[in-house]
Amino acid sequence: MSKIPADLKYTETHEWARKESDGTVSIGITDHAQHLLGDMVYVELPDVGRKVKAKQECAVVESVKAASDVYSPISGDVVAVNPELGDAPELVNKDCYGDGWLFRVRPSSTTELDGLLNAQSYQTVAEADEH
Amino acid sequence: MGKRTPLYQTHVELGAKIVDFSGWDMPLNYGSQLDEHHQVRRDAGVFDVSHMTVVDMRGKRIREFLCYLFANDVNRLQNKGKALYTCMLNERGGVIDDLIVYYLDDEFFRVVFNAGTRDKVLAWVTGHCGPYDVTMTQRDDLAMIAVQGPHARDKTHGVIGAQAAKAAMALTPFNAVQTGDLFIARTGYTGEDGYELMVPVTQVNKVWGGLLENGVKPIGLAARDTLRLEAGMNLYGVDMDESTSPLESGLGWTIAWEPEQRNFIGRAALETQRRDENRQKFVGLVLEDRGVLRNHMTVVIDGRPAGEITSGGFSPTLGRAIAFARVPRNVGATCQVDIRGKLLNAIVVKPPFVRNGKSCLDITF
Repeated sequence: MSKIPADLKYTETHEWARKESDGTVSIGITDHAQHLLGDMVYVELPDVGRKVKAKQECAVVESVKAASDVYSPISGDVVAVNPELGDAPELVNKDCYGDGWLFRVRPSSTTELDGLLNAQSYQTVAEADEH
Repeated sequence: MGKRTPLYQTHVELGAKIVDFSGWDMPLNYGSQLDEHHQVRRDAGVFDVSHMTVVDMRGKRIREFLCYLFANDVNRLQNKGKALYTCMLNERGGVIDDLIVYYLDDEFFRVVFNAGTRDKVLAWVTGHCGPYDVTMTQRDDLAMIAVQGPHARDKTHGVIGAQAAKAAMALTPFNAVQTGDLFIARTGYTGEDGYELMVPVTQVNKVWGGLLENGVKPIGLAARDTLRLEAGMNLYGVDMDESTSPLESGLGWTIAWEPEQRNFIGRAALETQRRDENRQKFVGLVLEDRGVLRNHMTVVIDGRPAGEITSGGFSPTLGRAIAFARVPRNVGATCQVDIRGKLLNAIVVKPPFVRNGKSCLDITF
């Protein structure tokens, strides 16, 4: 069973989002997603400063097995990307909700985040995906 | 549900992720594909390859038949137990399958075809063997496992009994021996030393279990693919098929042109293609930039689409992306690959990329 922390928000495309204390939102892929993809070998991240829209492709995670697009859960400006992933893409496997975060967005809407899935709803999505 | 090998339940109990491979339920990995890859390069791993098609062919004229059927020359097999890698071609020079043939006795050869080609291959051979009075026996009573890696042979010797171990130790590369119930071949698909073992279905779980107890780890199809790619070994249906010839697939070395009077199926077409200066070339690529090469990506030369990657992936041993590609013959030392709209730089090399655990490339990054 994959880990789904209760304090995060989720998308149907297997991203997670977490509101940080400075008002930005950290984004990554879920434990379910990293497990399906397998050993990560390359992560392509958006440029800092790029404007992203919700549900827009803005990163690619590549495992030994396949490349998979990552969609931004919310709209806003990319304010940071995880600098560790260039040399250590395996952090996405080892700690997908912590050191394996992908990028941070300063949200353009104050309510968009609230509209994402909660942990319980995402669990239903992930379980359906298993079958 | 697909077809299952005698080891299927064992794979499930080992926690394997099972996937469909050519109609067979096979283990993709038992956890981490990368760990399994390194296990074979650094120590020893075992693969279930029982889905492959093992056929025994017998008859007084069997050697003559196989000389006609295969593009490599079975007459190169003069010592009993010797193995030969070859393609079986159609009249157009296209590859019906690639295979290993073992010379076991003057009237007895064993052939190992791929799993996914079983039906068409058997139909093709049956359709051509009539005049030669050949008896074919599918060996579904045998299971096949491959033990590969620098310590694979040592770790196998302790499991198969003293007599078989003695026979195995005496084998030179690309030779096989039948000892008791066990057929032992010093062959493989990883670029490492090791054995491919054929054992009766009823005994395979015992041998597999013994190997695991002796420190050999189970390896899935995913790592098998990255290992064979690093080793510069083609995969049928991906790197070549009935629409491509060995000459366009990096397999020119498997065509025996001499003696000139040996007529084999596809020879005339290959002779014509051999003289064609526009035919494509099969090369290895190493990506200089970060990223991963994948099957079917477009190779770009001088800003124009010029070729295609047949097999691409991440090389765990080299820590970079590698690929096989079909490109124009005049390709230079470098090219570019279109990865999701970005042109990234690649170096053109001659496979293999890795042999016996070490890089074959004289490039430093």
